[in-house]
Amino acid sequence: MQRKIRVLIAKPGLDGHDRGAKVVARALRDAGMEVIYTGIRQTPEAIASAAVQEGVDFVGLSSLSGAHNHLFPRVVSLLRKLGAREVQVFGGGVIPAADVPRLKKAGVREIFPPGTSTQDIVGWLLRAARKARP
Amino acid sequence: MSDQARRIKRGEVRAAARLMRDLDDRVPGAQAVLRELYAAAGRAHVVGITGPAGCGKSTLADQLLEAARKEGQKVGVVAVDPTSHISGGAVLGDRVRMQRHARDPRVFIRSLASRGSLGGLSRSVFDTVTVLDSMGKDLILVETAGVGQDGVKVAGAAHTVLVVLAPGLGDEVQAIKAGVLEIGDIYVVNKGDRSGCEPLLRSLRWALEGKPCEVVKTCARTGAGVGPLFKLIAEHRSALQAGAGWQERSRGMARAAFLERLEAGMKETLSGRLRREKSLQKLQEDLACRRTDPDTAARRALRELIKRGQR
Repeated sequence: MQRKIRVLIAKPGLDGHDRGAKVVARALRDAGMEVIYTGIRQTPEAIASAAVQEGVDFVGLSSLSGAHNHLFPRVVSLLRKLGAREVQVFGGGVIPAADVPRLKKAGVREIFPPGTSTQDIVGWLLRAARKARP
Repeated sequence: MSDQARRIKRGEVRAAARLMRDLDDRVPGAQAVLRELYAAAGRAHVVGITGPAGCGKSTLADQLLEAARKEGQKVGVVAVDPTSHISGGAVLGDRVRMQRHARDPRVFIRSLASRGSLGGLSRSVFDTVTVLDSMGKDLILVETAGVGQDGVKVAGAAHTVLVVLAPGLGDEVQAIKAGVLEIGDIYVVNKGDRSGCEPLLRSLRWALEGKPCEVVKTCARTGAGVGPLFKLIAEHRSALQAGAGWQERSRGMARAAFLERLEAGMKETLSGRLRREKSLQKLQEDLACRRTDPDTAARRALRELIKRGQR
């Protein structure tokens, strides 16, 4: 039996476009993963609730507007509240390096800064999935 | 009854979502939980929504969700999108159109990848519907992946079948071809604000003349026509329940689920034996060198498989 890796890709906040998120979604698809795409302008509540219904392993958040310090930890804590502790949250977009430690402390597993190759993201997901389900 | 089955029957989202995942991944033990649920399921009205890619199925599903919620119904949605034949991955994007319902505790939306199934469904559709049904959903919408003219599988998976079409996707001749035009209970011409609707409606009505089905026009983007469509769906349910129709459709659905599983099992067994067994390998070798032909080889293989299966 081989588990598919399921990933929800979402854009919390008010960003107007989602090109980056779509590039990541496509790369994950090409790596054999199932990607649930939810579109732009999502509230953390809607994202967490969708992640639980979809039974995903990962939630990937993208933010360009600078609200990540509030939005990313909020998704993590809502997932915990819904009992979905095993869902791993990662993020990308325009995120200053100085914010990364704080986000990780809040439970975000990994942050991919601008310029990260999609192969790095795929590689990280594959490793994290193996670790979670050996 | 197991704890997980009990939790699902109470409507617990997380327990249901996890079982759906395990069923889709074919985790050993998942079917045992479904077995506990199966006998008591079968109450929900299952509505299939099919049609070509880009005709507005997801947007229409979103509007029907809204209409059903206004009546206080609990609603489940299963939305299928295609799996890539190359990578095995998929981007499931139907949810984008329905996200306004994400936080509604009485709505459960699940995206499925087709994972190799043809005809717009996924092998796990039947199982996912059973789980939603066990949660106490009143209405379950099954949205297929975009299908062509022979995407008729949904007919075996639903009590009521909506075939959605939109102008600009082909001329009127498309409307008289066989296939999806033989399975619909309700035909929906969507994108009703665009030009070309009237000719499409006319040719549909002409092609479907004398058949027991309805033809309606909607504009899912604005919601125009959705009210009457929702009413037609409810009427179809009542009509089925008033006669033998409901029973008949339910039997058909059980049979389709059974056949799906049987076929999948046979295919798996077959491909395993074709790989392993010497005599069958030789047969394939003979075939490759044209020492035998496909039909003869298939008959011989079948005889051999059945003979040895009985031992």
